[in-house]
Amino acid sequence: MTVLFYLAGSIAVIATLAVIVQTNIVHALLYLILSLLSVAVVFYVLGAPFAAVLEAIVYAGAIMVLFLFVIMMLNLGQHTREQERGWLLPREFAMPALLAAILLGQLLTVISGTDHVIHYQRVGVLEVSALLFGPYVLAVELASILLLAGLVSAYHLAKKQ
Amino acid sequence: MKKIFTLIKDTLLSQMVTLWGVFMKLFDRKDTVEYPDEQPYMFPRWRGRIILSRDPDGEERCVACNLCAVACPVDCIALQKAEMEDGRWYPEFFRINFSRCIMCGFCEEACPTNAIQLTPDFEMAEYVRQDMVWEKEDLLIDGTGKYHDYNYYRIAGMQIKGKDKGEARNEAAPVDVRSLMP
Amino acid sequence: MNLDIGSGLTIALILGVVIMVSALLITVERRLLGFWQERLGPNRVGWGGSLQVVADMIKIFTKEDWVPPFADRFSFVMAPAIIMTVILLSFAVVPFAPNIGVIDSNIGILFILAMASLGAYSVMLGGLSSDNKYALLGSLRAAAQMVSYEVFMGISLLGVVALSGSFNLRDIVAAQEGLWFVIPQFIGFVIFLIAGVAESHRLPFDIPEAEQEICAGYHTEYSGMKFGMFFVGEYLGLVLVSSLITVLFFGGWHGPDFLPPVLCFALKSIVFIAFFILLRAAIPRPRYDQLMTYGWLFLLPLSLINLLVTGAIILL
Repeated sequence: MTVLFYLAGSIAVIATLAVIVQTNIVHALLYLILSLLSVAVVFYVLGAPFAAVLEAIVYAGAIMVLFLFVIMMLNLGQHTREQERGWLLPREFAMPALLAAILLGQLLTVISGTDHVIHYQRVGVLEVSALLFGPYVLAVELASILLLAGLVSAYHLAKKQ
Repeated sequence: MKKIFTLIKDTLLSQMVTLWGVFMKLFDRKDTVEYPDEQPYMFPRWRGRIILSRDPDGEERCVACNLCAVACPVDCIALQKAEMEDGRWYPEFFRINFSRCIMCGFCEEACPTNAIQLTPDFEMAEYVRQDMVWEKEDLLIDGTGKYHDYNYYRIAGMQIKGKDKGEARNEAAPVDVRSLMP
Repeated sequence: MNLDIGSGLTIALILGVVIMVSALLITVERRLLGFWQERLGPNRVGWGGSLQVVADMIKIFTKEDWVPPFADRFSFVMAPAIIMTVILLSFAVVPFAPNIGVIDSNIGILFILAMASLGAYSVMLGGLSSDNKYALLGSLRAAAQMVSYEVFMGISLLGVVALSGSFNLRDIVAAQEGLWFVIPQFIGFVIFLIAGVAESHRLPFDIPEAEQEICAGYHTEYSGMKFGMFFVGEYLGLVLVSSLITVLFFGGWHGPDFLPPVLCFALKSIVFIAFFILLRAAIPRPRYDQLMTYGWLFLLPLSLINLLVTGAIILL
């Protein structure tokens, strides 16, 4: 299990790096999907199958499809690759890399203080839903109201005048 | 409410009727004719392979008038007129390019002597394209085709050896324009 | 020789049988379509056309496997592999009989929904990487269609989940011991049927590949075995949807005692496969906007009402 966890985790990290440096936008998106799927595997290994499947359905299956849909509509061709290449020059990269390095250092110091044993605790669908509709029911209702507002406004925008 | 009702009626009921109707086709008699094993019935007026027929006496009916070549919309007929010693006209060569022919039957309609006719034969595939060009000896048959009694030179007023003007069937003797008699 | 859940032999057997059935469907569908159109269908190769599938396979394997020079090669090659992989993975959670299956997962239905949503990438990438306007139109349509119909597919299944109290497909089949879920969940069944046809984009909902309007849609540029994978993938989707309907609404392996459970399952699935082919033979294709309107304005409210009523009845 631990091997699987580290394997999926490193795939996620590598794929996310590839998302940044990839110049072909469709390939970058494919790497993002791969990264999300490997995060789902990480969730599953850690004992949260419900979260894993939701990650696959919602992020990899629905949101990324919409991303790809938008890219299809934009008709991006060869010229965007050159533009992307221009943005990936080392001097453009210096500042974000520095900031990311600081963040990584912080993360490492925080992690080094804790124990490194992975706790495989199974959290099934029942436990998650009991939590959602028990202590956090207000948050769920608020989120659904937010979604409803989004739905109504989308309907209003799409309605024929 | 009425709108929803009609929607349900349209989407469910009508589709169910269609599905049932198409399903029952499973038990119907099939229309397929299994062709190479089972020959389809070809109607006598089917427009298939073109032939050149002969008259009841066994002579060629074609008088090389070129009307078929003119009528042909794809210009697949080529022929050359020649004349026998007795005055009959005949095609020196008669060539149909069946790779161009569309079997429209216009040549048959145009033919004044019932010489060119379309038959119910359709199996004309060849491996070499040049074999689709048929010469007169390929086209000419020994019979009369669809019109058994017709003989052009016995009916028409054309003069040939052994048959002068006015000697054709149902033909009156020619008017002597120099005579003063009525 | 131990046939048990997850044993190597079972997995190999399921994989082989599923792929063989999908390949055979190429012939069976042509034959059945023929009968329903008062024709005979292909009956020349082998006994009564039984070897037609072999002829088709030889043809498809020996065709030139061509990648257009203007295509995005990476995505172009990936696309047909995705649909095969995703649908074959979905079969992992399908319970064929009490002791036949790949895994006994407690998130079975969610796993199938996840795989179905990943299947959308196949058609989208196929169309996008082909760099062809018909392919692009087809994949645009496919994306919209699959994303919308996933919603109703998921919601229509929730009634079944609520009745059986589990996402595990084996528990769902076990819960149908006395009464098949098609009776309490008839509306859910109809919605799942429609959404299943739309998800596997078969006729009458084959709008992404509508031959008469947009050539062949997203697989316009595909040939050879890559096209074959799309082709077999479609039939795999058909088999998957049929077996899912059997599992979720028609009691899975339950049936008369004299039949072995796996045969019961197979017979029910075959009935649904034949029904899908009948749908193809009988129903004309709707227009694209009709499909979307029908989905969002009719099926979505209906499935939500179905879920609400089911929940109310369970609570009372």
